[in-house]
Amino acid sequence: MGIETRLAPNIITANLEKLVNWARAGSMWPLAFGLACCALEMIVTATARYDLARFGMEVMRPSPRQADVLIVAGRLVKKMEPAVVRLYDQMSEPKWVIAMGACASTGGLFDTYAVVQGVDKVLPVDIYIPGCPPRPETLMHGILELHKKVKAEHFRKYA
Amino acid sequence: MTIQPAMTSENNAAVQKLRKQFADDIVEVSTFRNEITAEIRAEALIPICRFLRDDRELQFSFLMDLTSVDYPERRDRFAVVYQLYSLQYNRRLRLKVRVDGDHPSVESVTPVWKGANWLEREVYDLMGVQFRGHPDLRRIVLPDDWEGHPLRKDYPLRGPEG
Repeated sequence: MGIETRLAPNIITANLEKLVNWARAGSMWPLAFGLACCALEMIVTATARYDLARFGMEVMRPSPRQADVLIVAGRLVKKMEPAVVRLYDQMSEPKWVIAMGACASTGGLFDTYAVVQGVDKVLPVDIYIPGCPPRPETLMHGILELHKKVKAEHFRKYA
Repeated sequence: MTIQPAMTSENNAAVQKLRKQFADDIVEVSTFRNEITAEIRAEALIPICRFLRDDRELQFSFLMDLTSVDYPERRDRFAVVYQLYSLQYNRRLRLKVRVDGDHPSVESVTPVWKGANWLEREVYDLMGVQFRGHPDLRRIVLPDDWEGHPLRKDYPLRGPEG
């Protein structure tokens, strides 16, 4: 490019899109929100042993307005559905959704009248994590996959 | 641990008293694993419940649970089940009432035990049995706009939409 040679050595140049995506992926704050047993694995993931802080995600937000990613951890019953959709609607853009575990992804073993057969029926899911429940390693793998996805996003998605 | 003599329906004080007081209203008394069940006529439900609660030698002051059973092959399709407990004497008794399948309805026991309120709402919600005289008979578990009663045996497991 050449421009770097004319700037002071403590200034670097970058593609704005990449820079913003890097920042977004580096500090995705999850909503502190769980529906069933998967929530316990999510909680463990945030503890010192697995240390979600390594990915800049240790701040579980109690308010959807401060959260970037909704981890749907557990089976979603139909009575709960409006509440979860409302939480998602209250999150500000950009926002992402992880369907954690078999139940959130497909309804899992709860193939009944009372359970939503996969949260993708009501929310736009970015990452599906298999498992019943998934171990923290699996959740972290899903999170890293989401980071990859976020780093490849384009601004025009939000235009 | 002392071994107690087997509890039969005949040496049970509550059954003896019921047979004496409400002879025509006792349909059947059975014992299974020391648990006594008295099936009674629905018309006598409230007097019998009041009697069991207020009698000084019985004092079934606690309605532990109220549930229902669906017997799809029977004409009186539903049974409402009352699990009573006497805190005073550490005794239990189960009452059963048969309910018609077309218009299932039974007198509410909320005037006798206030704790029956939510239990009856649950039975109404999931089994569709009406409780006459209930102060607030709304659905309690399912969403308010739900159609049907999912614990009935003819309800499709995956719901009406399949």
